[in-house]
Amino acid sequence: MSDALLAITLVWGFIFLYAIMASMDFGAGFWAMTYIKKEETNATKIANSYLSPTWEVTNTFVVGLVIAIYSLFPGAVFTIGVALIVPASLILVLLCIRSAFLVFSHSVDKYEKALTYISGLTGLIIPGLLISVLPITHLGFVEGMRGNEELNLFKLFTSPNEYAFMGFGILSTLFLSSLLLSDYSKQADETKAYKIYRRDAMITGPLMLVMAMIVMITLKSEANWLYEGMMKNSALLLVSLVFFIISGVALYLPYFSKREVKGMPRIAVIAIIIQYLVGSYVYGIAHLPYIIYPNVTILSGFTDPTSFRAVFATYIVGFAILVPGFYYFWSIFMKDQRRKFKRRQMTN
Amino acid sequence: MDHIQMARAMFGTNMAVHIIFATIGVGLPMMMLAAELMYQRTKDLQYVVMAKRWTKTLGVLLGVGIPTGTIAGVQLSLLWPGFMEVIGRVMALPFQIEIYAFMIEALFMSIYVYAAEKIKPWARVVSLFFVAFGAMASAVLISNVHAFEGTPAGFRFENGEIVDVDPWAAFFNPSFLVTAGHTALTAYTTGAFVVAAVAAYKMLKNKFGTSEFDFHQKALKLSIVLGLVFSFLTALNGHATTQHLYREQPEKLAAAEGLFETKDHAGLTLFGYTDKEAQEVKYGIEFPWVLSFLSGNSFDTVVTGLNDFPEEYWPPLYVHILFNAMVIIGSGLIALALFALVWNKWLKKDTYPRWVLWLFVAAGPLSVISIECGWIFACTGRQPWTIYRMLSTADSVTSYENLGFLFTMFILVYIILCVSVVFTLLYYFKRHSVMDDIYIAEQKDDRLFDSNS
Repeated sequence: MSDALLAITLVWGFIFLYAIMASMDFGAGFWAMTYIKKEETNATKIANSYLSPTWEVTNTFVVGLVIAIYSLFPGAVFTIGVALIVPASLILVLLCIRSAFLVFSHSVDKYEKALTYISGLTGLIIPGLLISVLPITHLGFVEGMRGNEELNLFKLFTSPNEYAFMGFGILSTLFLSSLLLSDYSKQADETKAYKIYRRDAMITGPLMLVMAMIVMITLKSEANWLYEGMMKNSALLLVSLVFFIISGVALYLPYFSKREVKGMPRIAVIAIIIQYLVGSYVYGIAHLPYIIYPNVTILSGFTDPTSFRAVFATYIVGFAILVPGFYYFWSIFMKDQRRKFKRRQMTN
Repeated sequence: MDHIQMARAMFGTNMAVHIIFATIGVGLPMMMLAAELMYQRTKDLQYVVMAKRWTKTLGVLLGVGIPTGTIAGVQLSLLWPGFMEVIGRVMALPFQIEIYAFMIEALFMSIYVYAAEKIKPWARVVSLFFVAFGAMASAVLISNVHAFEGTPAGFRFENGEIVDVDPWAAFFNPSFLVTAGHTALTAYTTGAFVVAAVAAYKMLKNKFGTSEFDFHQKALKLSIVLGLVFSFLTALNGHATTQHLYREQPEKLAAAEGLFETKDHAGLTLFGYTDKEAQEVKYGIEFPWVLSFLSGNSFDTVVTGLNDFPEEYWPPLYVHILFNAMVIIGSGLIALALFALVWNKWLKKDTYPRWVLWLFVAAGPLSVISIECGWIFACTGRQPWTIYRMLSTADSVTSYENLGFLFTMFILVYIILCVSVVFTLLYYFKRHSVMDDIYIAEQKDDRLFDSNS
């Protein structure tokens, strides 16, 4: 594998990880807002207790991702920077308010309600903006010569493909997070919350799939090069569909059993992550060699080979140290959260 | 405002907000570590309470520090894509490693906060050490990018292409140590004096002899000692920094001092403003020969004046005022801490006079102002370059022209954040008094650290 391909795989891996983590984070915010009136179900509390420990890591991950892109593909920075200045600034502002109020609400109980609405609304808007980065990279609306490029916002916001992606991003966020929360509340023995989130996953899942179809249809007419490329791997697209069905089965089938708590959300979560992994691989491989179509390719943007080796070495060393540490802490923390949660339930 | 100035103002506003929280975010963990160590030595529970309350403060401040840091990290490539293109090729390492340093800080911070009562005292000190280390390392690494901008190394431009890239040579560029050291030491100084300001204010509000007064006096004493040590080290390092400027960015030094004619036995001027027409500093106090001596350790040292550089390379002349403010406040802090220490240790007084306490109250905000002046001086003093004599600011800026709307939006967000962070701190500490915390600590309640989440 060439260095540039290795580097773009790394970036793709980061984006994928971020997409999963962020979906869960943002979606949890939205669900917490939705169920704020249904106190007896604990659905909001479950979502909020999931929300609080994740924000710092996801926030840092944004910076990590941006750094990965400009240190591995500095030649793409100018075009990306100009193309994304408006959407990225909006994302930054919303993200900033959201994280700040998440922190403040720990100290000021008055903020709790405001926080629920802030994180709920931004939980829908931010994913919609974030996923717009994809149509920006493949629709070819970044116009002008190098050094003088500009994103044609009018074309972007009149493109059906952009809206298809937005809908897909928002529904994916809701689907992924409701699935994860159903698993989380099942672990915490919160039957009522579990049932609610399981129902939400059952609704948002098929909707997400419909949106994915619309994405493909609009791609065919608006970015045919990408559509053709994705169709070369249509077998893999079918594989991803199979995993979607597996997760559906895991959610629906045990419904007919006699036990009170039905469904196997853990299996569904894993199957869906695999589905997204396969799907985004097909998209990513068809997107090559372009980073931004048709302005920048991975080769034209790639960094200096000496820098690449140095940066790559720091990735290996850094991850070797940090991943076990985080895994260890995360497992302790989640256990602790659940225990605290139960203790609170008992005292109430 | 033209487009470059708008981009500079936009990024500068972000940094001006971020730097307050980032600096205290480096200084405060050092104070927390000191308080924990004092507890290990004296077994006085009040030091644990101190560390706990500072931890809480830090947690709230991070609520602005991290988001504004996220903005800074992303905005660099949005506003200065030309600059980040070079940085990405040559100087990516500090950014990469900084992420890990931050992760280490976050990880050990969580361990310290969530597991404080479950781990042994030495483990608590160790985790706090890593918190402080991670915070300091992030600051040092990011300042290294700034050092590189002033003294670039590890690459060459050949026909507009970057060649001979050596990322580690860029990392260890000539002013790395002295610049990074300056950032770390001033952050520690600021951390100590900000704590001192709060403690002194609380002493003024409480009666002598109450245990609340006693608590704050302990905090003040601790910060006086540390403040003195770090402000003195800052002065030594500042001297080294000046000598680096003399060798590596002479026009920046000349602008800082308002020196137009190249000469030996050059004087140092305090106060006043630089008059371009008259080619001198007006209304200043001149100390003859001092600048030559400071630059090269001898009065014969020839210091190059601005007239020896083409005028388009001149930094803005107002940097003289910023440089002065930084130096004068820094010296004032040393004098104040030294006076308070002598008063307390050698004159054996029980407490400090009220006017000294008021001076400490002022010292906190002043030390933050000094940090701001230092950063603005360091960055505007490098103009018209983003990378000294390699890349101009004009070549770094984005080609996107309509920054006005985005700028307004960011300003609004900064205002919201700054107002709510102050409100949050006041709200929380009004409801959690020192006496409550001391009482809880004395009851050995196992939920001592539970409210930190």
